[in-house]
Amino acid sequence: MAEHYSSFTKGGRLWLWQRITAAFLVVVLAFHFFLLHFVYHADEVTFALSQARMETLSYYSLMILFLFTATFHGVNGVYNALVNQGLTGTKRQAVKWTLVAASVVLLVQGVRTANAWAGFTTFF
Amino acid sequence: MSQSYNRGLIEDFGRWREFSAGMWAWIFHKFTGWVLVGYLFTHIAVLSTAIPASSQDAAVLAANEDIYTTTIVALESLLVVRILEVGLLAVAVFHILNGLRLLFVDLGIGLESQDKSFYASLILTGAITVASVPTFIAGAF
Repeated sequence: MAEHYSSFTKGGRLWLWQRITAAFLVVVLAFHFFLLHFVYHADEVTFALSQARMETLSYYSLMILFLFTATFHGVNGVYNALVNQGLTGTKRQAVKWTLVAASVVLLVQGVRTANAWAGFTTFF
Repeated sequence: MSQSYNRGLIEDFGRWREFSAGMWAWIFHKFTGWVLVGYLFTHIAVLSTAIPASSQDAAVLAANEDIYTTTIVALESLLVVRILEVGLLAVAVFHILNGLRLLFVDLGIGLESQDKSFYASLILTGAITVASVPTFIAGAF
């Protein structure tokens, strides 16, 4: 019987979500770079321009979805890279929950930032 | 017929001389992934200056003198930041192109030519990066 080589848990669905988010991010990351470097240029950035984009609900929704998918894809990727390096046991659990905590902080701060532009609450 | 063998630690970088194209693709994908996730945290931290900016006076915002605009303008005026942005583009483009390659291979498409598609990803990344340099450097001098 061949060994189970994947770093993903057998029967889990994280590998599938890593690929679903990848397919979404391929398009949105390319769009993000194109819009913010080629349509608008780096030396033309202002709060008002960012605000004008973020006040459009479709753009705000896309950026929130971008934040969540990129955070999941990136953090899950880091976790799997560390598991591939041989991370096991208590250290693996500690790294997992540290990454979960870092993700929550990033998501909260990202949503607050988007809300600041969109005119929604920044919570605190 | 399946067989069992010990291939050692999966990411044993000490064996880099033995690596084939597919292994290099895998390592580049990991490396670019680390850079991108690191940048994501930095990016949100810098963009967070929009939070205090949003409560500044309308006159300050209209004059583009708010904390967000001045922070971004100050960063973008540094040549080293512009050069790092070109590097970020190269990293992102490779991760996107190699990611597409991986998605296709996962779907059973192009496994036989996975080494050629890796070389194509590298060449296309180089071409897109070089072609983007003028846009990324514009206004830095």
